[in-house]
Amino acid sequence: MNILEVKNIAQKYQAENGETIAIKDVSFSAEKGEFISIVGPSGCGKSTLLSIISGLLKPTAGEVFVNGSRVLEVTSHIGYMLQNDNLLDWRTIYKNVLFGLEIRNIKTPENVARAEDLLKKYGLYEFRNNYPSQLSGGMRQRAALIRTLAVNPDLLLLDEAFSALDYQTRLTVTDDVYGILKQEQVTTIMVTHDIPESISMSDRIIILTQRPAEIKEMMSIDFNMENRTPLSCRNNPNFSRYFNHIWKELSIYE
Amino acid sequence: MNEVHDKEYTTLSSERNAYLKGQKRTQRLIFAWQIGILLQFLFFWELFARMGIIDSFILSQPSRIASTFVSMAKYDLLLHVGVTVYETLVGFVLGVIIGTALAVVLWWSSFISKISEPYLVVLNSLPKIALGPVIIIIVGAGTEAIIFMALAISLIVTVLEMLNGFRHTNREYIRMASTFGATKGQIFLKVVFPYNISTLFNSLKINIGLSLVGVIAGEFLVSKAGLGYLIVYGGQVFKMDLVMASVIILAIVAALMYQGVVLLQKLAMRWYSH
Repeated sequence: MNILEVKNIAQKYQAENGETIAIKDVSFSAEKGEFISIVGPSGCGKSTLLSIISGLLKPTAGEVFVNGSRVLEVTSHIGYMLQNDNLLDWRTIYKNVLFGLEIRNIKTPENVARAEDLLKKYGLYEFRNNYPSQLSGGMRQRAALIRTLAVNPDLLLLDEAFSALDYQTRLTVTDDVYGILKQEQVTTIMVTHDIPESISMSDRIIILTQRPAEIKEMMSIDFNMENRTPLSCRNNPNFSRYFNHIWKELSIYE
Repeated sequence: MNEVHDKEYTTLSSERNAYLKGQKRTQRLIFAWQIGILLQFLFFWELFARMGIIDSFILSQPSRIASTFVSMAKYDLLLHVGVTVYETLVGFVLGVIIGTALAVVLWWSSFISKISEPYLVVLNSLPKIALGPVIIIIVGAGTEAIIFMALAISLIVTVLEMLNGFRHTNREYIRMASTFGATKGQIFLKVVFPYNISTLFNSLKINIGLSLVGVIAGEFLVSKAGLGYLIVYGGQVFKMDLVMASVIILAIVAALMYQGVVLLQKLAMRWYSH
């Protein structure tokens, strides 16, 4: 069964000086463990689409289903990671990681133990009593991911989650995060403007048109590699082929 | 890390030693000047008063202030200081609690906040001391009136300062909390309020001073005790020694209360670990 079903989503914005159609009609679905990237020309409504899937924003038309149940508000089935790690600087890493559990009132011993396991597994346990300012950008991003995964979501949404990092850190963090997500078998939808990043991480890439957004193309990414990692993908001969294709599709709008 | 930490090196380089010595010398020099200016001021004040260059009946003189201070200390100084401190603290605590509570309401409802905006602007720019006679008539000529005056002076500033802080909470933090489905109450308690702990303390520092202004102004108008009362009384009977001694005590009290808030902030920050 599909973890995520997006059906005929449309979104209009009302303002005093008129109406903007951000998304015209978007439908797609995602299977368990799949990694899907959404790319498109800037301002095409990628992030809006993600907000709608998360339940933060109500679409003008259409429906979103996660695990078969309709998304009408923010639920614990969905984890959402933003561009900045947004670790609260007055909380230790440990307390930051438990933030989501506190907000959802599910700070049970089992869930706390799970969060601690994640910290141990991904090398942050010894830094649990440190404050965010004492950690590197990559570690902070990892902590933010653990905070999101601690609530045990079925679906993870990444909104330009790595774009605030410098290039070097970004490459290692995407490798890191990719490893964590594959190991935890989390279904992920990522919005990005970074074409190489989308190719290196995704199983499928959705290319959106200019506003009002529609799906222009759905691409399957296949590198014929066992144990693929974002870094190793970048060295694959297919990589530039995919890149050129997406580049062409998007540069029509420039 | 290229910094050389002093702890890690038992033998310091001669340049480092010279640098540290220089730093210490500058600090000592600054302190010496601070004390020196005060001592010289007192010295010349006393000298000119004794030589008759300045009229000690009007401007008083340090030795007379000192002896006034001693006789006050024997008599009822503690009572007056106590009354003023008590009134200030009550006004201060009330101002902080009510002000913060109002700021929370205004943060919560932008509708109420928009309605109250012109009122806040007018109340903020109005010199609250002008309300003195009204306050006395409404709450009576007593301690209540003085506390009310302290409250009137500090309240609106607290509301505006806290509201401003609440509104400038990092939006991304709030958005992050919403992705976990946080309610408005949770957002306030877990993000907005902790984010504004330093705002709160900045407002406390301003408030303790403003409350004291309110209390002294109140004591000028109605009082039977307190430092403000002593100053007015001393002025009326032309005892400038008493006025000056009271003003100096007031300065010390104000400084101590301010330092109290600073200490409180340090403790709270350690507790809250900012």
